[in-house]
Order: sequence, then C-alpha cells, then structure tokens
Amino acid sequence: MPHDDPDHPHALLPPDPALRVKALETILTRKGLIDPAALDEIIDTYQNKIGPQNGAQVVARAWHDPEFRAALLQDATAAVTDLGYFGRQGEHMVAVENTPDLHNMVVCTLCSCYPWPLLGIPPAWYKSDAYRARVVREPRKVLAEFGVTLPANTAVRVWDSTAEVRYLVIPMRPEGSEGLDLDALVALVTRDSMIGTGLAQVPK
Amino acid sequence: MTRVHDMGGRFGDGPVKPDDADAPTFTTDWHARALAVTLACGALGQWNIDISRHARERLSPRDYTGFSYYEKWISALADLLVERGVLTKADLAGQADDTAHPLASKMLEANAVASALALGGPAERDSKVRANFSIGQAVSCRHPAANHLVNGGHTRLPAYAAGARGYILRLHGSHVLPDSNAHDLGEAPEPLYAVRFAASELWAHPEHADDQVILDLWQCYLVPL
Repeated sequence: MPHDDPDHPHALLPPDPALRVKALETILTRKGLIDPAALDEIIDTYQNKIGPQNGAQVVARAWHDPEFRAALLQDATAAVTDLGYFGRQGEHMVAVENTPDLHNMVVCTLCSCYPWPLLGIPPAWYKSDAYRARVVREPRKVLAEFGVTLPANTAVRVWDSTAEVRYLVIPMRPEGSEGLDLDALVALVTRDSMIGTGLAQVPK
Repeated sequence: MTRVHDMGGRFGDGPVKPDDADAPTFTTDWHARALAVTLACGALGQWNIDISRHARERLSPRDYTGFSYYEKWISALADLLVERGVLTKADLAGQADDTAHPLASKMLEANAVASALALGGPAERDSKVRANFSIGQAVSCRHPAANHLVNGGHTRLPAYAAGARGYILRLHGSHVLPDSNAHDLGEAPEPLYAVRFAASELWAHPEHADDQVILDLWQCYLVPL
C-alpha cells in the first residue's frame, strides 16, 4: 500500500536543500552506506564524460552513413551500443527521424525520463513543470519559445516517455552540409535538436 | 485519480525558459550531490526504479509543488530510506549511531561506479503474456487512469490519455509492469506498446489537425475497440 503519511521523514532533515543533502550524505557516509569518492566519480561521469556530444556522434553518423542510419532506425539500442553508448537510462533506445512532413519531440510528463548515455543529465527546462505540462498539448507554442517555427504542413509528433524506452530525435540534416566530413557534421548537432525543441545548425 | 506529478496537458505553468548552450550540467554543487547520493543509495539494492519514482510522487502536493527538482529527489530519498528500513527517523533527526550498518557490504565503491552505470537496469523480460494487439490496431486507454492493483498506487498511464482512442504504433517487447513492481508485487512483465493518439483525441483545442502524441503503454492499460 502507498504510505500517505503527512509527517514525511524528510522533514526531520534541515529544510535548506543544500544542508539537507549534506546532512543525508553525512549520515550515510558515517554508517558506511555511501562512499564520498563514489559520489565524486558519479558526478565526474555526468559532468565530463557523458553528455550531448555522444548523441551528436550518433546523429552525424546517421547523416553520413546510410547503413548506420538504417541500423539505427531498425534497432537503436544495438546501433548505439556498438558505438560505446549504453547504460543507465538508455537501456532501451528508439531513434525517431524528422522529415519535412513530421517533426518529433520528446518529453516525460510524469517525471524526467531522458536518454542519459546519449544526452547526459536533462536540462532544467526539460524537467520543468511548464515543459512537462504544455508540450503534449501545445508543442508549437513551446517550439516558438525556443525560437522554432515549423511549416504549416509539418505535423508534430510528441513522444511522452512513460516507460523505460528512451527516444532520440534525429534532426533533419541541414541544407549546405553536403560534403562535410563526420567531425564537421557533429558540430552542427545541438542538444535541443536531439530532443526536438531545436533544429540542427546550418553550416556557416 | 492520479497524483500531482501527472501534469501533462495542465494549464497555468507559464513559458518554458530555454537555457544557454553552455549552461553547466549542475547549476550548484548540491544538485550534483543530490543526484549522486540518490544513485549511490540505489546500489544498496533496497528498492527498484518504480519504487523510487513512486516515492517522489508520494511527496505531498504541497511539497511536490514547492520543492525544486533535486529537493524532490533528496526528500523522497530520505523518506524511502526510512520506509525501507535502511535508516530510522532518529538517524535523520541527528541521533545516528556510527556502528557498522548491515548493508555496508553493499556500498557502491568508487571503482565500481563505471560498471554500475554502464550496466543500468534493463526492463525487458521474457513473459508468458501473449501480445494481444497488432500494429495499426485501434485501442482505447482504460479509464480512469489509476493503478488497478493498489488504491492510490503507482501507474504510468497519464490522466490526459485515460479513455482516449489510439492506434498501436510499435511493440517494444515485454517490460516490467510498474503498477506491480512499485509495490513489491513482482515484476509481472507484459507487452509494452507505443500507441499513437491524434492531438484532437486528447485536447479540446489542438494546435494542428495532424499533430500526434505517442505514449508507451502496457497491455493492461489498453482495451480493444
């Protein structure tokens, strides 16, 4: 049964959030339940090693290599695992491709599900009430807040991540990117373009 | 009736505020610490992801609404640690004793972090439950959106989709059922589908006739039409 105790134990900790975290970390460390060095390692992983640069590699390769694109659309989990991107919050991946007729966007209305191995920790706006509440109902108004306006004949498809499947948007390859090598293509892929709140950059 | 976290479609939240491209992953140190403490405690093996999500959802509506994102994480974690018997209320109140904890042998060590994060927690399972729906088939979501096993329990069927008619877009295989797994009732894996809904099926004033919303929904959330 759910426990709807109005006296939640968390109220016993200091109310200031920074102090609340510190107090809990201290209690757990003193009991030998967490290792502060492991916390540093977790933070370093998501601050420095795993982030949207991973997803950009996947997208650029999909633009550059038709065989990889086909494999990615067929079984994204296997395709990105082959590139070395796998793990927590990316156990079951699906890639969805934008076209002139269809623009994909991703949200988690119930919490903050996001493809960590490819995009890292979600930005604050992705976790905000405003994005979670609104993007399923008025995706075009939300897109406008990101400075994106779609043609009237492009349908919007919003993926609400309600299970353990994580979605990666493959943005349309920008005009003027013909003939660019893989590294140059990677530089055009923004984080927001892989969530669907942005477009890939046009080469300068 | 679902809980306060189930906000898809809600009015009144104001504009989305995009960040800068070079915004840091964690805006303050304690955000990073809250995430890391939560992940490290998960490694103690005293709950699963559905239990931990439900702990955040069970924050009172006042706390859920008033807390920032990582305040929800750390507060729900404290609640969960007490609820699962890892810590006591006295521990949280500052009366912790430092004797060795029975779970100390499960502590996540720094040199095991990379492999733990790489392993993740796959949710796909073999299942004896047959897939009843085929690609393209019309279905409707059960109504109301609620856990049918536990009153007030965890579910991943958002209220905005309850009773809505959609079409099976793809079958993801069989996945652990959160409505069961969040309540220590077993993993109960069953077929999971991506289901396509026309925006006009969900909203009184859709922005565009061709817009769609896709939800991942377990077979027991769906009714054949």
